Formats: sequence, structure tokens, C-alpha cells
Amino acid sequence: MAILSSSIARKVAMALSGLFLVLFLAQHFTINITSVIDPDTFNNLSHFMGHNFVVQFIAQPILIFGVVFHFIMGLVLEIRNRNARQISYNSFKGNKNSTWASRNMIISGAVILAFLGLHFYDFWFPEIVHKYVESNPLDATRYYPELLHKFESPVRTGLYCLAFVLLALHLWHGFSSSFQSMGWNNKYSKGLRGFTQFYAIFIPLGFIFIALYLHFNQ
Amino acid sequence: MKLTLKIWRQKNNKAKGELKTYPIDGIEGDMSFLEMLDVLNEGLINKGEEPVVFDHDCREGICGSCSLQINGEPHGPDRLVTTCQLHMRMFNDGDTIVIEPFRAKAFPVIKDLVVDRSSFDRIQQAGGFISVNTSGNTIDANSIPVNKHDADESFNAATCIGCGACVAACKNASAMLFTSAKVSQFALLPQGRIEATERVLNMVAQMDKEGFGNCTNTGACEIECPKGISLENIARMNREYLSASLEG
Amino acid sequence: MSKLDSKIPKGPLADKWTKHKNDINLVNPANKRSIDIIMVGTGLAGGSAAATLAELGYNVKTFCYQDSPRRAHSIAAQGGINAAKNYQGDGDSNYRLFYDTVKGGDYRSREANVYRLAEVSANIIDQCVAQGVPFAREYGGYLDNRSFGGVLVSRTFYAKGQTGQQLLLGAYSAMNRQINRGKITPYNRHEMLDLVIVDGKARGIIARDLVTGEIERHSAHAVVIASGGYGNAFFLSTNAMGSNATAAWKIHKRGAYFANPCYTQIHPTCIPVSGDHQSKLTLMSESLRNDGRIWVPKKIEDAEAIRSGKKKPNDLSAEERDYYLERRYPSFGNLVPRDVASRAAKERCDAGFGVNKTGQAVFLDFASAIERYGKEQAGIHGNHNPSKEEVTKLGKKVIEDKYGNLFQMYQKIVDENPYETPMMIYPAVHYTMGGIWVDYNLQSTIPGCYVTGEANFSDHGANRLGASALMQGLADGYFVLPYTIGNYLSQDIKTGPIPTDSKEFDEAENKVRELLEKLINNKGKHSVDHFHKKLGHIMWNKCGMARNAKDLESAMSEIRALREEFWRDVRVPGDMNEMNAELEKATRVADFLELGELFAKDALHRNESCGGHFREEYQTEEGEALRDDENFMYVAAWEYTGDPATEVLHKEELEYENIEVKSRSYK
Repeated sequence: MAILSSSIARKVAMALSGLFLVLFLAQHFTINITSVIDPDTFNNLSHFMGHNFVVQFIAQPILIFGVVFHFIMGLVLEIRNRNARQISYNSFKGNKNSTWASRNMIISGAVILAFLGLHFYDFWFPEIVHKYVESNPLDATRYYPELLHKFESPVRTGLYCLAFVLLALHLWHGFSSSFQSMGWNNKYSKGLRGFTQFYAIFIPLGFIFIALYLHFNQ
Repeated sequence: MKLTLKIWRQKNNKAKGELKTYPIDGIEGDMSFLEMLDVLNEGLINKGEEPVVFDHDCREGICGSCSLQINGEPHGPDRLVTTCQLHMRMFNDGDTIVIEPFRAKAFPVIKDLVVDRSSFDRIQQAGGFISVNTSGNTIDANSIPVNKHDADESFNAATCIGCGACVAACKNASAMLFTSAKVSQFALLPQGRIEATERVLNMVAQMDKEGFGNCTNTGACEIECPKGISLENIARMNREYLSASLEG
Repeated sequence: MSKLDSKIPKGPLADKWTKHKNDINLVNPANKRSIDIIMVGTGLAGGSAAATLAELGYNVKTFCYQDSPRRAHSIAAQGGINAAKNYQGDGDSNYRLFYDTVKGGDYRSREANVYRLAEVSANIIDQCVAQGVPFAREYGGYLDNRSFGGVLVSRTFYAKGQTGQQLLLGAYSAMNRQINRGKITPYNRHEMLDLVIVDGKARGIIARDLVTGEIERHSAHAVVIASGGYGNAFFLSTNAMGSNATAAWKIHKRGAYFANPCYTQIHPTCIPVSGDHQSKLTLMSESLRNDGRIWVPKKIEDAEAIRSGKKKPNDLSAEERDYYLERRYPSFGNLVPRDVASRAAKERCDAGFGVNKTGQAVFLDFASAIERYGKEQAGIHGNHNPSKEEVTKLGKKVIEDKYGNLFQMYQKIVDENPYETPMMIYPAVHYTMGGIWVDYNLQSTIPGCYVTGEANFSDHGANRLGASALMQGLADGYFVLPYTIGNYLSQDIKTGPIPTDSKEFDEAENKVRELLEKLINNKGKHSVDHFHKKLGHIMWNKCGMARNAKDLESAMSEIRALREEFWRDVRVPGDMNEMNAELEKATRVADFLELGELFAKDALHRNESCGGHFREEYQTEEGEALRDDENFMYVAAWEYTGDPATEVLHKEELEYENIEVKSRSYK
């Protein structure tokens, strides 16, 4: 971790892990949206993801590492940053010069982390237990009904939607910010920023749509 | 106009400070913010109290001495000005104005509103120069043509006055805008390229050592910078730093 | 017996400097390591000299009252720096720069010094470019030039409206390199309060740490004063709030002669005073006169109508305006030297044609330039029949590119848009040509005490041309002092460190302590600013742009009375052993109160008008300055006697062998 001793290297690590998670989100979204379009496709894709060796034993650990790394690094940076101003201002008007989303990545991040806990509790742990602890027989059709079942609860649906709003805020700043951290700044930057902002709205909105759709189509 | 000032008073580096309230009257819109403080101080001296100490010198927005966090923003509510060029016409009769020192671990308070910004000097000492002897035995100035765009960009970065508003505005007290402006000024010129690798590594290392926070790209520094130094400089420094690190 | 030996080398003018450099003694590199130099002031002159001396191998200690060397007031210079590069091919040469400077100085400067300045000027630009100073460039990538007042060529290099900052950052970066190497030890937030002389040589200083209040002793083999000018004696000036004459005045009191104190430059284009609260005046770069036209109304009724707000400047047609500089000086027009432009503005305002509420302002108008540039740009863009709006829009863009930051600054301060309505300007104290007398080697009359930059008197005579201050500061620091001081230090290779426990240091420190204690314990009725403003009032009204014997005599007695009142009645709150801004101001104002009297005395003795010194009794029928070369072609160097009123005059006669002395005309 010696390479991560400089502030800029830390930021780049944050950016790279974040971009990796952005890519993952796109993949996750692509599979989930099929649940709205065609449950069979959803079942097939889910079954593939759940039982493919590469996905399960290579991609999944990398992803988990990515999440944990992004979280720990985010926390480390936050602590260091707070430490850089030990006496705080009596009056500090951050809203005059920056967006709420950019100043509160730790809050949106924490909410997303909490949501991940819920999400794992809902899907990942049962899935692991189902596959590797209980060793149930293969069933490629169980995924859609299980999914539908989860979104029966209005409370859970509401929590998911709330988390997606914060995800949007997190992405709104984080996605374009990662390019700045990596030193990407040229004539394409403006267009890129537009794309990242579109993405930051589109993907979470899509997830919200899926959640609501499933909730109201029981 | 009549105003209520809440000013940070602190006897010295070790003492505990606090906000003190001072009512003030007879302020005109044509006064600069510092002239308003002059009026306050004249009154305090005449009453036998100690005047408020604040850094200031040229009072024309170029030396970078004046600082002050005014109502939660460095150099106050106006844009592209330093406190010495902030005029009282930006405020209204009856306003309350909170005046605090720039706050950062790397900018310890010396007294009242005066902070120690020598950390900026040390960052520049670490590499903010081109190693050329000053003997005058150099090549003719016009034998180093510089692309006008690069020269202009270099100049824009070099307009930084080292006031520290970027650090004060940043929620992380990061000095990235300052450091990147200094790195960019040289990185954009052919004369500066020769030492570019070492320069960026050394300056960033010193910046970290001084205890500034990390940049989280909120952009507050760019908005509050009295000289409008662009965030592009930070991206450039990140780029320079990465390629320098990869070079070893 | 006079100590004034200018030590000008013999030989032809153009060879003097080269020959001198060949003749002087050098110090070998190993010996330089055991020699210490103190540098007071870190602006262009001090910063560049500190860097170069450290690079040569000397141990340098720098002192500045600011929190960083980068904040020295050289930083505020806007317009540019002159150099005889002749990049424009418009006939420039070392001789022409030399000639313009001597003429601009109204034949009151030393030929050899000025020629040397012109000779090294080109090198400064090379040096600065190598250091990474981002000068303005043309599209081909080569350096751009502009023209400045008082000359007929374009030899001014610039970096938008902040050439001073860019050059100072260059010198400061050179300093940083040496600080990093351990060859310079910077003492920032320190103020020199006395000079220590041991066995007749300058061997150290007493300085106060402005953060802790501690009084410190610093010794060295030579002391260089590069602390700038004394324009703040006027209270309102374009100088920084902290700019002061203390270091210069203290060495004067220790035996350095003070030369030509009355030569003060009043800069014609500053933002007018807006009220009693004003703490300083803001300069608008002289470069604005390249494109701006200066005028007042032709008819006094129009001037009154504008003052009362009944008419707007744009209501007046071209025929109703008096472009008085173009009228009086057709060949130089708006680009006459500063002293001439300032006096002309004062003449119009005194005659009742002033245009702001106080009647102390003239217009600087860019409408013609906007139109001219607009048409040019339209043509470039292939639009040969542009509408008035298009022309204005394109023209404003050009003006914005050239002077955008100055226009923005004007708008912030005055709250009027200078693109739409003419700027209002008025002269203000800006630069002091006078200063500590130095010989060709920049050494004062105290051996081992050198003075560079604005703090010395040497190169500008009675008036400085625009963009020459930066040139002189850097020439002294980079290229002159490092050679000449070596000659002196070559005697000191065996001296070893100078002890600071000698009786001379004791005496100097005690004197400083007494002074500070006296100020702190005085507990009078009025603040330091109260006295400073009063002094400024006397200086501006009686020693300002136009002077006469009667006013100068009364100025002397008024300043003397004010000084006595100051020592009786000043109140300095707080303590000595802490950061105390009022105490800092008090020590500086105490010195201005002495310097001001000498200033008036010098102005009174000089019975002629020359450059920035205009005596109403000595003018031509057309109101131009009337020199008296027969009786006053000398440098007036004053020797301190314990009282400014009784200082003793020493004369250094000026000889002009390479230039014909004539009356200065810009008509």
C-alpha cells in the first residue's frame, strides 16, 4: 500500500474503484431490467450469473473487494480530510460554491452502504445459503418469483427507492469526478460530463422504475 | 449603514479564541471591507481596546495578504475579488457579518484573523522553480518560442496570488488548486518541462506533509478563487503526477 | 570633506561596465561559503539579489515584513518592463533606452549608471524567460511588446496587467531554489529596526520578529537594503499599506546620505479619492494611455453640469471636449511622461474643469479605441460594412483582452462600467526617485552597506519613465550588485563570523528597545493613523505636484510640530512582546515624520523645476517646468545631523559627456 501514501494516488484509487463499480452497476441494471421486459430472460441470466464459475469465484470476489476498498478508502479520506481542519468555521456557506452532492459523498455513500447491507440480507445471503449451505437442487425458474416476492413490501420498496436517489446523487458527483481525479481534462471533458450526469440520473431512475414496477405488479 | 460584526478574537497561537460582537455605524458603500475594519479599529483604539489584527498590504488585490472568511465564504460574497477589493455596497444596512480567519490545520492562527500560510512557501520551495542560474548567461529570450495558447494558459495559472482562499473554501482544506496552479505554470512551458517529473512529485509530497486535505472535486476553490484559477489545473497536476509516478 | 565619490569607472561610456567587471576583485568559491550577507527587503531588487548571491555561494539571510517574500510591493506593478531588445525593429538600442531614460529623468541622473542599466536590460528578459516568467506572446510564439509613456519605440515586455507579480514570482522562485538548497535563510514577518556598524563597516542589523515581538541580532559581512520607496509619507499613495522607509531612514541616521528626497513621482492614472475613509489609492496602469484618450469638457459650464450629475460624459460631442494632452503635446499626445501628464491634469482641475464630485478628476476615454479596434476586427473577419453595434462589440472584445483585469478592478472599486462610460482618473503618489545615495557600485556612504532598487536614488533622475522600475530592480539585483559587492567582500575572506555580542550590537539593540518602550508607554490620545493622515495632508498639499517656497517653509514647520505632537500624544495599544500592528505602524510613521521634513527642505533648496519636482516660481510662460542647469545640475545628498532641519547638503555634480543637455520637450 506504499503507493497509496500520496493524496493523489489515493484519489486515483478511489476513482478507479468507483469506475469499476459504475461498470458493475450498468451490468446489474441490464440484467434487472429484463425482469420487467421478460421474466424468462431474467431467470436465465440470473441462473447463469449464479452458477458460472468465472462470475462466482473470480468476478464476485473482485467486486466485493472493490466495494470494500472503495468504502475503506472513502472513510480514510474522509477522516484525513476532517483532520485537515481541526477547528471548524462558525459560518461556512458551502452551498454558495459547490453542490450538496459533492460535499456529502460520505453521507450518500453511507446510505448506499447501509442499503447494500439490506440488499445482501435480501438477496445475497439467502442466495449463498441456498446454493452453498443447503445445497438445494438447481432450479433455473426460481429467480423471478423470489424477486417479485421481495418487492411486495411497500417499506422495502420505499427504502430501495430512497437508496437509489442517494445513489443518483453519489454518481452525479462521483462519476465525473473520477475522471478529474485521473487527470482527464480535454476537449471531450464537457461531453463526458454530460454523459456521466445522464448516467447518474438514468441508472438509478431505472432501478427505481424496476422496484416500483415489481411492487405494483404483484 | 449600521452593521453588527462578529469577529474572531484570539490573543495568540496558544490562546483559545472566540467570536466577539461589535456594532458599527457610519459605514459607506464606497468603503472597502478593510477600510470598514480600519474604522472599527480606530474606534477600538480610541476606546482603549486592542484593535483587530488582520493581514493586508497592497489593498489592490494582488499581494495576496488579505484573507478573512466573511459570512462563510473566503473574501466574502463577491466573486473574483480579494477582501481588500470587496466593497461595502455588497452589504445592506442592518446586516450581521461574521468574520473568521481562514481555517486549516496547515494555516494555524497567529493572532485574531491572522494565519500562518508559510506552508504555501514550503510547497514552492520543494520544487516551484526552474533550476537556471540567475547570471544572465542564458539564451536569447526569443530563441524559446512558446505556443501562444500554452503561454496564455501558463499565465492564467501564474496569476495565483497565494492567498489561500482555495484552502479556506474547501471543505477538506485541500491545497490542490494552489499547488496545481504552481505546477501548471511550469508544466506548460518548454523551459519547465525538463524538471517536470521531479517538480510535481516533490511539490505534492510537501503538500501532503503540510497536512492539507485531499481534493474531492467539489469545485468550491475555483468559485471562490479571487483570480479565477481553473480546476483544469488540478486535472493537469493529477495527470502530471500519475505519469511522473509511472516513470518512477 | 565630502565623502561623495561616485567611483564611476574611466573610459568610454559603452565600455565602462565591462571594464569595471574585469577590474574588480573576485572572491573564490570556497571563501564565499564563509561570508554572510543580510538582505533587507525581498521585492524585485532584494529577491533577485538574494537569489543570485546565494547561487554564487554566499550565505544569505533575507528579511521582509510580509509573511512571504512573494508579497513585496513590486508585485503590484502592472504595465511592464523595458528592455532594449529591438524585437520590433523600430530603431531601439541601448543608447536610445539610455537617452530616453536620461531625458525622461530631466537630466538629473548619472550617465554611467543609466547606460549600464540599458546595457543589461536585454539580459533581464532572457533571464526571466529562462525562469519561466509567462510574458505575453504573439501567435508565432515570440514575445510581444507595447509602448509606454515618454518614448517613441515599443520596448515594453508585459504579462497582461500584472507584470510585477510575474517578475516577482520569477525572482521568488529563484529564491526558493536557494532556500531549498539551504543557501538562503528567510526571515519573514521580520522588520529591520537598526543598522549595526562595527569599526566603520556595516556588520549587522537589529530586527524585530513581528509574530513574537522578540528583538533579534543578526550579523553579516555586508548589509543590503532593498526596502523600496517612501511614497507612504503621503499617507495616500499607490504603495502597499506596509511600505515604509524605516530601513532606509535608519541607515541614513547611521551615516548614509539621503539623495534627492523631493523627487517623487505622481502617477497620472489612478482612481480618484472617494472619501475621508480612503486608505490607499489604486493605480490604473499607464498602458491604458496607449488606447485611452484623456479629456475634460471645453466649457466650464459643462464641467459643472457633469459634476452635479446634470450631464453625462457621453452627452458631450467631440467638439465639446478638450483633449488637453493631445492639444498641448501633439507629438507625444496621451503618451507624455508621467510628470507632464500629472501636472496637466492638475492644471485643468485647478482651472475648474474637474469632472467628479470633488472636482479632482479627468476622463480617460476608450470610445475611440473601441471604435478603431472594432472596425479593424470587422475587417479581419471579412465584414467590410459593419453596423455600429457590431463595431462596438468587436472593439470591446479587443479592449477586454488587453485590459480586462484593469477594467474589472475599476468597476469593482468605482461601481461604474468603464466600457460604457469614461473612466475617471487623477494623479497619485506612486514612486520615489530619491533615496539613499549610492556610488556606481551601489554602496552607500557607509562601507559595506549597499542599497538597491527603489530604495536608492540612482537611475531615474527627477522622473522615472514607465516600466523602468522593474528594469532597475532586477538589473541591480541580478546583474549589478552580485559583481560589485564581491569587490568589497574580497577584503573579508579572513574575517570569520561577525560576533553579535559586541558593544555595538548592545548599543543598537538598547536603542531599539528604548524606542519601542517609549511608543508603548506613551499612552497618548490619538492613534498612529491620526498622525499619519495629518502628515499626508501636509505632504500632499504643500509638497505635492506643485510646490512653492512659502508652502515648503510652512510644511517644514508643520511637520516638525506634528512630530513633536506625535511623540507627546500617540497611543499605541497592546504590548511589545506580541504581534502588534499598531506598534509596527508607529515605528514607520515616526520615521516618515522625520523624512517628510527633509523632503520639504530638499524641495525648498532646489530652486528650479525638474521632472517630478515642480516649483511654481520656476516655469515657462506656457507652464512647463523650467530647469536651472547652471546652479542645480547636481545630486543633493543630505547628511544626518540629529535633526532633519539642520541636515548638511553635499553635492555630486552631474556631468553629461555623451548626451546633449537640452530642455525637455514632448510637444
